[in-house]
Amino acid sequence: MGVPLDKPLKIGSLQLTSRLLMGSGRYASHEEMIACLDASGSELITVAVRRVNLDQRAGTSLLDHIDRKRFQILPNTAGCYTVADALRTARLARELLDTPLIKLEVIGDPRTLLPDPLGTVEATKILVAEGFHVMAYCSDDPRLVATLADAGAAAVMPAGSPIGSGRGVSNPGNIEIARSLVDLPLIVDAGLGTASDVAQAMELGADGVLLNSAVAGAEDPERMARAMKFACCAGRDAYLAGRMPSRLHAQASSPEAGLLGEALSS
Amino acid sequence: MSLTLLVNGKPQEVPAGTQLPGLLETMGVAGTQVALEVNGELVPRAKWTERDLSAGDRIEVVTLVGGG
Repeated sequence: MGVPLDKPLKIGSLQLTSRLLMGSGRYASHEEMIACLDASGSELITVAVRRVNLDQRAGTSLLDHIDRKRFQILPNTAGCYTVADALRTARLARELLDTPLIKLEVIGDPRTLLPDPLGTVEATKILVAEGFHVMAYCSDDPRLVATLADAGAAAVMPAGSPIGSGRGVSNPGNIEIARSLVDLPLIVDAGLGTASDVAQAMELGADGVLLNSAVAGAEDPERMARAMKFACCAGRDAYLAGRMPSRLHAQASSPEAGLLGEALSS
Repeated sequence: MSLTLLVNGKPQEVPAGTQLPGLLETMGVAGTQVALEVNGELVPRAKWTERDLSAGDRIEVVTLVGGG
């Protein structure tokens, strides 16, 4: 008996037990990042592709610190403002990591960092044709999510709110509608600020969440990483369990029969 | 004879005949996990020695960093 185990999250070639996906940016040190990854229970880490700093080559590289047996690596195209740059970055990432997975970001503008929807669809089609398993970062418009699914994305990653804003899920209804439109994995990415945001995203039916700033930017990142692990599990279980209907007025949970002041209640 | 390349946006002088592995030696990143583009096109590692470099070629040397 007991509660049956959840099925693994499958995205393209990936299979994950933990539904919490973690970014690797903005940590104070590699050591802090590793402690947070450990505390989060995550099995997948995102990384970015950047020019090698040829003037300052001292120090160790990120991948020296990540146990590739424990963690899957998901490269992203963060910082790309054009389809052409996103395609170049995705191809370089595949060359670096020998993985078909790519978290596709085609960003609209530096102020909002919101995704460019048309560019994202265009780039998705091209990368899918080249054999990539595209995890498409997108806005929370349900029709866009459905269009990306039709374009062959391996997963859709609607933003809860702008990257790094910590504002949580701005439009819960959209995430729910998007969930109802697509069967492929839906990961709420960006904007989640604290544990309740993660639980909410999972309760809305997300298959997973991707976090970075919420952990790296917390006062105690390692403790927040652990909080996110529990929140992700709690939200997922609540979604699978099916919540009770909400109602306007009260409904007593103790029996009404047999009260001491029987006359009062008759 | 030498020629000037543009490596990650900066001019870099190398002896004529230098190929991509030699360039990485010169730049001190031969041991780092990198991917390379020449003039905007990915050059897979297996083809690094097939590609001759010419003056003015734009080389991008990229690696992985932390990100979300």
